[in-house]
Amino acid sequence: MELLLNITIYLPLLGVVAFLFIKKDEAVKWTSLIITTATFFLSLPLLFNFDVANSAVPQYLTEGTPIFAGMDIKYLVGLDGLSLLLFMLTTLFGPIVILASWSSIKKSLIGYYSMLLILQTASLGVFASLDLVVFYVFFELSLIPMYFLIGIWGGRDKIKATIKFFIYTLVGSLIMLVALIYLGYNAGAATGIYEFSSDWRFISGAEYTPGLVEQTWMFLAFALAFCIKVPLFPFHTWLPWAHTEAPTAGSVVLAAIMLKLGTYGLVRVCLPVFPNAFMEFAPLMAVLAVIGIIYGALVAMVQKDVKKLVAYSSVSHLGFVVLGIFAFNTIAVQGAIIQMINHGLSTGALFLVVGMIYDRRHTRMISDFGGVAKKMPVYATMFMIATLASIGLPGLNGFVGEFLILNGTFMSVLYDNKVYAILGATGVILAAVYMLWMYQRVFFGPITNKENEKLIDLNAREIGLLVPLVIFMVWIGIRPVDFTQFSEEWVDTFITQSEEKSITVLQNTNADELPDWTAKIYNLHEHQSEQNLMVQKD
Amino acid sequence: MDYLHDLQVFLPGIVVAAAGLVVIMLDAFKKGMKITYGITTGSLAIALLISIQAMFGESGTAFYGMIVYGGTGAFGTFIVLLGALFCVIISREYLSDLNLHNGEVYAMILFATTGMLGLAVSNDLISFFVSLETMSICLYVLAGLIKHEKTGAEAALKYFLLGAFSTGFLLYGIALIYGATGHTNLNEIAAAAEPTLLFFAGSGLLLVGIFFKIAAVPFHMWTPDVYQGTPTTLTAFMATAAKSATFVAFILILSRMLPETEAGDWTNVIQVVAIITMIVGNLIALAQDNVKRMLAYSSIAHAGYLMVGLAAGTAAGYSGVLYYLFAYTLMNIGAFGVIAYYERNHGLDFTEIDSYAGLGFKVPVMGVALSVFLFSLAGIPPMVGFLGKYYVFAAAVHAGLIPLVIIGVLASAASVYYYLRVMVYLYFKEAHKEYSLITPGLVFKSSLVILAVLTVYYGIEPVLPTTGLIELITSYYAA
Repeated sequence: MELLLNITIYLPLLGVVAFLFIKKDEAVKWTSLIITTATFFLSLPLLFNFDVANSAVPQYLTEGTPIFAGMDIKYLVGLDGLSLLLFMLTTLFGPIVILASWSSIKKSLIGYYSMLLILQTASLGVFASLDLVVFYVFFELSLIPMYFLIGIWGGRDKIKATIKFFIYTLVGSLIMLVALIYLGYNAGAATGIYEFSSDWRFISGAEYTPGLVEQTWMFLAFALAFCIKVPLFPFHTWLPWAHTEAPTAGSVVLAAIMLKLGTYGLVRVCLPVFPNAFMEFAPLMAVLAVIGIIYGALVAMVQKDVKKLVAYSSVSHLGFVVLGIFAFNTIAVQGAIIQMINHGLSTGALFLVVGMIYDRRHTRMISDFGGVAKKMPVYATMFMIATLASIGLPGLNGFVGEFLILNGTFMSVLYDNKVYAILGATGVILAAVYMLWMYQRVFFGPITNKENEKLIDLNAREIGLLVPLVIFMVWIGIRPVDFTQFSEEWVDTFITQSEEKSITVLQNTNADELPDWTAKIYNLHEHQSEQNLMVQKD
Repeated sequence: MDYLHDLQVFLPGIVVAAAGLVVIMLDAFKKGMKITYGITTGSLAIALLISIQAMFGESGTAFYGMIVYGGTGAFGTFIVLLGALFCVIISREYLSDLNLHNGEVYAMILFATTGMLGLAVSNDLISFFVSLETMSICLYVLAGLIKHEKTGAEAALKYFLLGAFSTGFLLYGIALIYGATGHTNLNEIAAAAEPTLLFFAGSGLLLVGIFFKIAAVPFHMWTPDVYQGTPTTLTAFMATAAKSATFVAFILILSRMLPETEAGDWTNVIQVVAIITMIVGNLIALAQDNVKRMLAYSSIAHAGYLMVGLAAGTAAGYSGVLYYLFAYTLMNIGAFGVIAYYERNHGLDFTEIDSYAGLGFKVPVMGVALSVFLFSLAGIPPMVGFLGKYYVFAAAVHAGLIPLVIIGVLASAASVYYYLRVMVYLYFKEAHKEYSLITPGLVFKSSLVILAVLTVYYGIEPVLPTTGLIELITSYYAA
């Protein structure tokens, strides 16, 4: 099983090697399809053999030796309850994006499919790596293929879009790198054996209790990198550009997989490692998330371009995920995790269907369409399902995630009032407005544009690649427990553990030794006077 | 003193110097002998093998403490020879096109390499100075090889005048240090150093001289013009081998000559110079439209990152710098090599970034190789450039220099823009007109492929179950 996990991660690279010997375009497509399909099927045993009861403990571990004595940086991959479903989502999307590009990409196919395959390995690597340095390497590696995908095969403003995307993300992650190095030395000192440690199992564990000042700075640096990636308002400006200009497959991977790297990082690193800072900054993050939800929805409403509309809807949907993560209770975090999957499925599907109409008409402007449903009934149905899943209709997947998140947010002790949940809920209504309004303008009414008379409905390939997504949308909507079960134990364990860890840190803290601003942020003086009172009572 | 032993530990230098003499003699009797090129590559390869062996050997001092061997010196020797060998290999086709493929050029390269080898092992200010001058004088000649172009003459003259100027500083510094301590041997200076004005002035002037040679801001003015005017493959030679040798000498001086007392505390100066070097180098590079000039400013910026490791002043810092030099040699020679290839097709003016439009798809292997080198220079994992930066920055964080590191990472984020810009032209822009590129020679192509593979290989090497390179380097400072 350990070996199987590694094979799954690196198999796509084999395809890139194979391209050295394959020159025919058709052969290139088939090779990529076979490789990604094989990756998907190879990843299935990982899901079936997963020990659900122990999902808090990483499974299928491969552990390398430290790169040198004293420095505990090592190759460490494994899956746990948090990463399993995202890992599976990534392997599922592998063949789908290959199929989606089948006839729409005509320029330098070898390069294109190599980039998709490298991207596949990089994303799988991020989700599987449990050493933070290895995590960082995969995190950055994912930028290179996406940079070329947008830059070479993108739309009109591709150069501006891709550079903005690259530099924006890189600035965040470089600052994270500084924090990561500091964290490594700080944790290394805590191990007592090593000088440096980036083993996530130790860093997230109860033995490592970083001080409040360190936590604050490191949390801010890590959160910045992840929030840019999510993207959380106000760091979202790269996203509409990148999404709109990317080729269909690029947008799909970006939406379904790469945006998750941000939210995943928040749960993977920020929640268990810096609990005090996490809890203290939660209301601030919730404010940003709620602004993102409403702002993204309002901006989406006025878009003329369908793809841009879907891009802004991502800002709104991922606001929900962040809101859930920082609510810091089992229900909300569970909701956030399942919502990551949901957003991947439904937004991925939306980008796919938008790409299909673009292939036919070479426009995405809402005003160019109207009455499409008459000509393309199957297409209209698929689009409808994806739309409804995206706006959270009960019975489809989106509802499950949003309901859990809003429920958890409402009860959250960290968010001192209910406004967050109420404002967040308006995002659901707004989503219905912008999505259905767009749907109505594109599909219903008379055919106003003569070009649309010639539209042909979906072919077997296009239907085939959407069907798996639709199946999962319905499945998650009807029986969410089949999916939420994987992360339940993980979320329970780490929320409890983080709470305990935050208390330990506070007990070890002497308010008088810390700078004033720290004492103020964490209300240390109140805490300590309370403690003193308790001692006196005893 | 055991002469045989002493000669043996400096064997790479002796081999290269002897080869240089043979080449210049042969060339004097008959012009255009093909064997001179063979002797050059052969001797460099032999010396490289000897130095690889020495990297794992013992360390100590030789020639009455004039030079060190093993450890830092051995690794420095290795980097210099690696750089020199690859530069000579990629030079053949390029220099043939320029009608410069003759014995004298290779003799000069060999003599310059000898100087660098001396520099990388010098443990005495006298041997340091003599080696530095041996290297520099040969480089002045190499800089002016393209005589008929204005830029060539400008490069040689500028390099010579400013180089001579910096030599003055250096020599003055050495004289003052000798005056203050009565010694020229690095260890003895360290033992005798007192925080006197004379000693401060001396070591300050010495540092200024070194800053000139490594092109640290504000002593960098010569770099862009010299790099632009020199034949591209020899620019690679200057930017990698010469710079690495000087940096290794810098490490030796910092770690052996400056005592760990108040008298030797130059950390603040190095930090400040590192900060302005990183900022200025990267900012000016952003505005360059000529790829060679862009790489010149980028090499200034890289000197800044290297100095971050020196500012840390710890064992981890020095080993990080050595690793970075290795990484820098691989990727920079690669980048200059591909540029030299494009240049060969359309003459010397073909280094404007605009003329690169659409080139990436023409000869795919060259485009991919250049992309790998540029990503590595930008410090994106999993290329070796990332690890170099990582080790240097990690050492500085551990030494408590967090603000310095934050400036460093932000500067390197800015640098990504101009490295990406080359790829934007290579791949994202349409070619201006249809033309075909000449087919690169097999040796030339495969040496660039080897460099690209090494760039990626060493980027992921730490997680492989072999003994890592960084582990070897760190062991030099274990004692």
